[in-house]
Amino acid sequence: MSYPLNPDVYSDDVKYEPIRAGFGRGLKAAGEANENVVALCADLTESTQMHLFRDAFPKRFIEVGIAEQNLVTVASGLARAGKIPFTSSYAAFSPGRNWEQIRTTATLNNQPVKIVGSHAGVSVGPDGATHQMLEDIALMRVLPNMVVVAPGDSIEAEKATRAIAENGKPSYIRLAREKTPIFSTDESPFVIGRAYTLREGSDVTLLGTGALSYELLITAKLLEEQGISAEVVHVPTIKPLDREAILQSVRKTGRVVSAEEAQIAGGFGGAIAELLSEELPTPLKRIGMLDRFGESGAPAELMDHFGFSGKKMAPQIKSWIEKTAKYHQGF
Amino acid sequence: MVTLTIPQIEQKANDIRRDIIRMLAAAGSGHSAGPLGLADIFAALYFNVMNIRPEEPEWSDRDVFFLSNGHCVPVQYATMAEAGYFPVDELTTLRKLGSRLQGHPEREKLPGLENTSGPLGSGLSQAAGYAYSLQYLDENPHRFVYVVMGDGELNEGNIWEAAMFAGKYKLSQLVAFVDRNNIQIDGTTEDVMPLEGLKSKWESFGWHVVEIDGHNVTSIIDATSQARAITNRPTVIIAHTIPGKGVDFMEYNYKWHGMPPNAEQAKEALEDLRTLGGQITHEGAGV
Repeated sequence: MSYPLNPDVYSDDVKYEPIRAGFGRGLKAAGEANENVVALCADLTESTQMHLFRDAFPKRFIEVGIAEQNLVTVASGLARAGKIPFTSSYAAFSPGRNWEQIRTTATLNNQPVKIVGSHAGVSVGPDGATHQMLEDIALMRVLPNMVVVAPGDSIEAEKATRAIAENGKPSYIRLAREKTPIFSTDESPFVIGRAYTLREGSDVTLLGTGALSYELLITAKLLEEQGISAEVVHVPTIKPLDREAILQSVRKTGRVVSAEEAQIAGGFGGAIAELLSEELPTPLKRIGMLDRFGESGAPAELMDHFGFSGKKMAPQIKSWIEKTAKYHQGF
Repeated sequence: MVTLTIPQIEQKANDIRRDIIRMLAAAGSGHSAGPLGLADIFAALYFNVMNIRPEEPEWSDRDVFFLSNGHCVPVQYATMAEAGYFPVDELTTLRKLGSRLQGHPEREKLPGLENTSGPLGSGLSQAAGYAYSLQYLDENPHRFVYVVMGDGELNEGNIWEAAMFAGKYKLSQLVAFVDRNNIQIDGTTEDVMPLEGLKSKWESFGWHVVEIDGHNVTSIIDATSQARAITNRPTVIIAHTIPGKGVDFMEYNYKWHGMPPNAEQAKEALEDLRTLGGQITHEGAGV
C-alpha cells in the first residue's frame, strides 16, 4: 500500500504547522489514554507545547525550573515509581546539558524516561548558534536502550508521541520550532522503527528524517524535471533503524543520499553509513551541517543558506549523481 | 521484615563491616572508607527503619532506598545480603565478570536495587522524583523514600537543583542522609571545596535538618522517626561519620577512599573488627 501523502504536498498552498504543536496534542492524548503519563518542564512550558497537557492535567504536570539535570533525574525517580515521565526543554539544553544524567539514570538504569528536545536545528532562526541544536541525534543514538525519533511533521509528531508513551523504553523525540509543511495525513501510518516510502524512483534513494523529508519530496520533484527518478524514504525513527526498508530501496536504486538538519558527523547520515558499509556498500552522499555551528537569521533564510531547502539540495544531488556510478551487486 | 534491637543492629553493623572487608579484598579494587563509615546507617535502615520485604523486593507497599554515591555500594550489598535479599556467599563475586554485584550499582542486575548510580549528584533527584510520586500522584502518605549521599558529592550542582525542587514541593516523605565524613578523593572536603555551613545551606533550601553521630544507632533511628513526623518539609540528616570506621589503620585517612585492603591488610582489618577495638561495650556485642 502506498503511503497516503497530503494531496497538497507539492502545492504552494500546503499547510504549515510547527512539529512541536503535534507533540503538544499527542502528549495530551497520551495523558487521556494512560493516567501514568506525567509531564515535567524546565521553564519552557508553552515553547515546548506542554501547556496543553498542563491545562488538562494540572496535577500530573511538574515544573522543575531551569534545571535540566534535575529534570531528567527526577523523571528517572518517577519512572521507578511506575510513571511515564515526559521531560521537555530546548534540545540544546536537554539532551545538550544533561547527557550523563540521561545515560546513567535513564538508559543504563533502563527506565522509560522520555526526552523531548524542542527547537532542534538551524530553523530555530534568530536565536543563533547557542540555541540551534545540531548534535542531539548523535548524542542520543549512541546510548544503548535509547529510542530516537525525529517526526517529519506535526501530524506524525502527534502519533509518535502517543507511540512513545506506550513503548516502555527511554526515548528521545526531536522537535522543531518553526512551522513546516505537513506532508502526511491522519491516515498515514506511524510505527516506531519503521521507515516509509513517500515517493518511488529508480536512480537514487533520498533518505530523510524530521522535516527534511518534505524538502526531499520537493527535491525529487525538481530532479524529475531533469530526468532523474528519485525515491524518497522517510525515516522518522533513527534508532532502531528500519534496516530492511532502507536496504530494499537501496538495492533497487544503487545510490543513496541522507539529509538531516543536524551535524554531518555521527547523526542520521552516520547511522546510514554504518548500515550500508556493513550490509550493502553503496555510494552515499550525506547532507547536513558540515562540521560547523549555525548563526542568527530568519528560519527560511538559514535553511536555504545551509543547503537544506529542496531548491538547494536538488542541484547538489544532481551533480553528485552525474559523477557517481550506481552500486551493482558483485561490484 | 525483621526488626532488630539496638544491640543487635550494632552487631549487624559489625558483621556488615567484616563482609565489606572480605568482599573488597576478594575483588582487589573498590572503595573502603565510605562503606565502612556507613555501616551503622545501613544496618539501622535495613534492620529497623525501613518497611521492606527482602524476600519480595518489589513489594508494592515498601519503603524505597536510593543510593546516590554509588561507589559506596559495597555497604549496600553487604547489608542486603545480611537482610536476606541474596546469599552472603555471593558477596565475594563483587566486581567480577558476570556478577550481579557490579562495581557501581545497576538496578536491573540485582533485585532490591531501586536505581543505577555512580556518577555523582543524581540520587537525590531520583529519590525526589519517587517521593513526588508518592505525595502528589499516588497520594500515599504511608511510604517513605530514603537516600544516602556522600559529602564530597555535594560539590555537584545537580544536588542543589534537587534540593531546591524538594524544598519547593515540600517533599515530606523524602528522608536524605549526608555522609559527613569530611573526605573526598583529593583530600578533605574543606580543602577541596568547602561545604560549611552545611546545616544552614540545607535550611535555606527549605529542609528540616538534623545533625547526628552517624555511628550511634539510637540517634540514627530517632532522626528518621523525627523526619517521618515532619509533614511540611523534606528532612536531611547530616550524619557525622568516621571514614574507615572500625578499622584502625583506615580511620580518618582519605587515602582509603578508593582503595581496597590487600590480603594482609584485610586480615588485620578483620581482627580489628572482631575485637571491636573496645568501641562497643554492651554485652553480647563481641564475636
